[in-house]
Amino acid sequence: MTDLDTRAAVTIDTPNYRPPHGRRGRPRPYSASKRRSTLLTVLLWLCVLYFVLPLWWLFVSSTKDTSALFSTFGLWFGPDFSLWDNLVDLFTTRGGLFVRWIGNTVFYALTAAVGATLLSAMAGYAFAKFDFPGKKVLFSITLGAVMIPLTALALPTYLLFAQAGLTDTPWAIIVPSLVSPFGVYLMRVYAADAIDDSLLEAARVDGSGEFRTFWQVGFRLLGPGLVTVFLFSLVGTWNNYFLPLIMLNSSDLYPLTVGLAQIQAAASAGGGSQAAFSTVITGSLVTVIPLVIAFLFLQRYWQSGLSTGSVKG
Amino acid sequence: MTHTPTAARTAARPAERRRTSTSKRKQRTAAYLFILPFFLVFLTMLVVPLFYSGWLSFFESKLIGGEQFAGLANYVRALGDSAFWGSLLRVLAFLLIQVPIMLILALCFALALDSGRARGSRTVRLLIFMPYAVPAVVATLMWGYLYGPDFGPIAQIARAVGLGTPEFLTPGNILGSMMNIVTWEFIGYNMIIMYAALRSIPAELYEAAEIDGAGQFRVAWSVKIPAIRPAIMLTVIFSIIGSFQLFNEPSLLNTIAPDAITNSFMPNYYAYNLAFINQELNYAAAIAFLLGLLIAIVSYIVQLSEQRRERRERRLS
Repeated sequence: MTDLDTRAAVTIDTPNYRPPHGRRGRPRPYSASKRRSTLLTVLLWLCVLYFVLPLWWLFVSSTKDTSALFSTFGLWFGPDFSLWDNLVDLFTTRGGLFVRWIGNTVFYALTAAVGATLLSAMAGYAFAKFDFPGKKVLFSITLGAVMIPLTALALPTYLLFAQAGLTDTPWAIIVPSLVSPFGVYLMRVYAADAIDDSLLEAARVDGSGEFRTFWQVGFRLLGPGLVTVFLFSLVGTWNNYFLPLIMLNSSDLYPLTVGLAQIQAAASAGGGSQAAFSTVITGSLVTVIPLVIAFLFLQRYWQSGLSTGSVKG
Repeated sequence: MTHTPTAARTAARPAERRRTSTSKRKQRTAAYLFILPFFLVFLTMLVVPLFYSGWLSFFESKLIGGEQFAGLANYVRALGDSAFWGSLLRVLAFLLIQVPIMLILALCFALALDSGRARGSRTVRLLIFMPYAVPAVVATLMWGYLYGPDFGPIAQIARAVGLGTPEFLTPGNILGSMMNIVTWEFIGYNMIIMYAALRSIPAELYEAAEIDGAGQFRVAWSVKIPAIRPAIMLTVIFSIIGSFQLFNEPSLLNTIAPDAITNSFMPNYYAYNLAFINQELNYAAAIAFLLGLLIAIVSYIVQLSEQRRERRERRLS
């Protein structure tokens, strides 16, 4: 029953999204009589403060110069609005290195996310829609890999890359980020629901090759699942600190995370060089904004994608 | 009725079988080609390093003679290494304190949002999720400043009401401060997984209970939570894996509070320091391997006990 239910839900979801309340297409006849609870509303919004205030502090602090940072109340603006000065500082110190870090991060994250999504989509599609010897074993191995601590793998990966002479190159960041066992799992679940077998049969009867069918029929139907895997790989690579930290030596190649940590280390080691604090804070703000925007704009996709994954999970 | 179609199919079989078997073979080849790229990267980036790490852990590098086979010496050393045990104890504290708090809060938020009784619940959901998009590096730096005694707002408020300066970054308090950072980062993510599962419960399941006069709490406890058990288990497993792997938080708090964070504060951070600061690659590999083994064992036990519980309940009902 749940099987049918999810399938129905997914096919309703896929072509055009509807707001969450009607989303499952499930009737909620009693919702009209439900009373809104003021107590619950107040409680929830108070809790929201915990999640939002640190980010609010980050924003407010990046509008202050260093002396105001120390002398004014942290959760409200200081006398001067120095956000632009801070940004100019951030982007021009050390020959515009920060801009380079932004470029690196965008490049690593996009390449890795596109690659991981493609690989996961192809593998997940094959697992969902084909029968082949070894399918069960291969899929269980993939699932088991979710358990392997990726950071525990980083050390041997580093040694292998060092032997191949690939450390301190973009490859060292991108290639390890291409593996997404959870992405394969999610795409399999998604493909099983979203792609109808009869469509594939029809394409085969028409003489379409398997790869053309995948691109023209399968890929399109996988939309929200693809966005989910893409977004989570994007965030994974964007936020990754451990891998670039061990793989990269030249600060020209750093992504934002390692760069920020380096400025922070310099700032606290320098002690007196207080100017660095506002650079770290403004840099943090700049690092956060693109991802928050990506999640906000793509929320309808990743939320439906995640729900498919967790229902079957 | 079942007979006629079978008979017809048998008659048509020879020709059909030849066609299906060539198209089956083609499909099989296509399937292998589809999974090939993934498994190539999977093999080189996951399986090979895993075995390499196991291999390394059996060696020792000596000043004279270089790499030498050492058998289980590195593992024996790890088992007697109080720094390693200390780091595992701190992970245990995370598993017993931070993970339950985080997941219970996430579940409460998910249930509250799913009940549809709060105003602006869509916005609330997004705002609670937002910290997930914040890189752990930024989250740790930010909280490090927030905790800070100089311009941290918490200290400012505490001083203003006359409570003195709270000390979040002392050796005694840093573990709690770190738990708070991780909780802040991941409540939203776990909440979204649970919320998505809640939305897919067929409404009939609990509307019947509601008609019978069961209150919201009753419905949540006896209908909704059991229904989303698989999703909750998913978050438990992910949180266990995540706790063992904590690296960014101790590593960055170390620059903020060097006295409070030792180089073996968390096992993963310890392995990193062993490998890249102390240059003890083989021992670090053994620690990393033990860590992976431990994660697999703990996740397996959790899953097994869940399956047992399920079976027991099925027998009871």
